[in-house]
Amino acid sequence: MTALVLIDHEAGAIKQPSRSAIAAAAQLGEVHALVAGSGVQAAADAAAKLPGVTKVILADAPAYANALAEPLAALLVALAPAYSHLMAATTANGKNVMPRVAALLDSQPISDIAAVVDADTFVRPIYAGNAMATVKSSDAKKVITVRAASFDPVASEGGSASIEAAPAADAPATSRWLSAELSKSERPELTAARVVVSGGRGMQSGDNFKLIDPIADKLGAAVGASRAAVDAGFVPNDFQVGQTGKIVAPELYIAIGISGAIQHLAGMKDSKVIVAINKDEEAPIFQVADYGLVADLFVALPELAAELERG
Amino acid sequence: MFRPVNFAGANVRPEACPPSVADGPHIQETARQLMKILVPVKRVVDYNVKVRVKSDGTGVETAGVKMSMNPFDEIAVEEAVRLKEKGVASEVIAVSLGVAACQETIRTALAMGADRGILVESDAELQPLAVAKMLKAIVEKEDARLVILGKQAIDDDMSATGQMLAALLGWPQGTFASKVTIEGGSMTVVREVDGGLETVVLTLPAIITTDLRLNEPRYASLPNIMKARKKTIDTMKPADLGVDPAPRLTVVKVEEPAKRQAGRKVASVAELVDKLRNEAKVI
Ligand SMILES: Cc1cc2nc3c(=O)[nH]c(=O)nc-3n(C[C@H](O)[C@H](O)[C@H](O)COP(=O)(O)OP(=O)(O)OC[C@H]3O[C@@H](n4cnc5c(N)ncnc54)[C@H](O)[C@@H]3O)c2cc1C
Ligand SMILES: Nc1ncnc2c1ncn2[C@@H]1O[C@H](COP(=O)(O)O)[C@@H](O)[C@H]1O
Repeated sequence: MTALVLIDHEAGAIKQPSRSAIAAAAQLGEVHALVAGSGVQAAADAAAKLPGVTKVILADAPAYANALAEPLAALLVALAPAYSHLMAATTANGKNVMPRVAALLDSQPISDIAAVVDADTFVRPIYAGNAMATVKSSDAKKVITVRAASFDPVASEGGSASIEAAPAADAPATSRWLSAELSKSERPELTAARVVVSGGRGMQSGDNFKLIDPIADKLGAAVGASRAAVDAGFVPNDFQVGQTGKIVAPELYIAIGISGAIQHLAGMKDSKVIVAINKDEEAPIFQVADYGLVADLFVALPELAAELERG
Repeated sequence: MFRPVNFAGANVRPEACPPSVADGPHIQETARQLMKILVPVKRVVDYNVKVRVKSDGTGVETAGVKMSMNPFDEIAVEEAVRLKEKGVASEVIAVSLGVAACQETIRTALAMGADRGILVESDAELQPLAVAKMLKAIVEKEDARLVILGKQAIDDDMSATGQMLAALLGWPQGTFASKVTIEGGSMTVVREVDGGLETVVLTLPAIITTDLRLNEPRYASLPNIMKARKKTIDTMKPADLGVDPAPRLTVVKVEEPAKRQAGRKVASVAELVDKLRNEAKVI
């Protein structure tokens, strides 16, 4: 039984969620990693060092340059005969590609698993994580996305896998990548950060998010947001934490001016320690917070920055 | 066969459009080229309901619980209706697969402006692979050239059906869309991805799945709700579409997630920082 894991990579480095997907795959048996892209030898070299990976399959061709679903799915289908499980992290990329692969293999995908029970059986959250379903697949090939927050990532170093070139697969030319507008930040990525500080509608404006900056700087934190803050245009879409945004489980999550709707809790309630700052003592966020501060955030945030500064 | 109401600019060739409408609708040359749009709408437990796991561990409690259209599908209906209003689409067909009560979900779509509905009735659980296969059969029967689905059903949280339908049809996919522009035979889709936004160009026919920022769905007005009652809904069964809907995933059990204990309130920022440093030891 061998699993093939589609790797998310950027600038020659392996994304942390993919290291969690490798950890999940390793519970099933042997693990191979697929690195696809254009000019991605460095990423393949990095994947070869992941502990638990025994072989890296490198698909280096212009068709894979921007991770378009159509050619990537065709590639995975071409590789599928050798594997029992085809896996990826539940990232925008994994969610885009894997169900397409599953349909082509006449398999029902198993999305966003939080635990592996056995080769056919997995636990996955449903209803915004308000229930955990254990499901057993009857398909010959399992196509799986992995909730990164539920699996400790494997280390980035320690392995020494061989690298093999992928066979050519057909690349449908029905889609074309045009451009990307990516948020630039010096901060850690939301799904990889040890500390996340998120703001909600209570922040009132994008400008006010600057109040979070010194706190995030001091804590080495990523900055997140509720849907309301994104919809209002305070911050870009990729900041959204929740059922339909990013799922995070940092050591420390600080929710500021966020009420704690089911959909937001779905994205952060597995954090180790949760802090809530909200002026409404009835806000549902306090029901999941380890430490709650009932306060006006415009008073509390400068105080918090100063207190952390005092060290 | 059809006569869109806002057909005023039907003879305007795309290249003849004045620059001021470069971002707007590009009206096709002839009615023949106007496309049918299919919008799958799922009936789900309303997003405001906090579901409870059944005590026997077989699923979640749905008896007596408020049901609504999946919120992402409202966004899909809105987008389709706007494309029709812009003269890009000829007809918007809402499709729901599930129990008889999915009629209500279809009626909601009709009240928002969809032209007619299709109900694929089944009391058995339908999983995305089966749904995608049935949608494929309907797309082919109706000769639709665009399908707009939600990015995710908020009950099963699969986020799979649109991509699967695209695969089965051999069409390109624009998932997690936050902006869609149709021009001639292709479509530009701005997608919400992990790092921000990405723009792709797809050759039609194609699939779109909607993200939250694509549009703000309209409320159905009372007159439109009345009008929707007169629109037709065709009913069929999975077998009529030649699809075996048997689930591939069996549910072994459904459990409550680990519960979090509510913690305590702190009186000041100083106390908070002290607790984080010395009690939780996370900073
Ligand atoms: C299909 C669907 C998907 C969704 N997906 C997500 C998702 O992924 N993530 C997500 O977050 N939401 C999601 N939502 C939205 C969710 O239901 C809530 O609407 C949203 O989380 C609310 O954001 P909020 O807490 O910032 O705003 P609100 O609920 O308006 O809360 C604002 C809070 O700020 C507090 N506040 C105001 N002023 C101050 C002040 N000066 N000082 C201190 N506190 C203050 C208020 O007391 C209040 O509690 C989704 C909804 C739907 C329907
Ligand atoms: N039973 C169904 N009836 C109608 N549409 C559905 C059904 N199941 C899934 N869909 C569509 O597929 C989208 C994604 O669903 P899912 O893949 O289950 O997360 C939904 O937003 C709907 O547009």
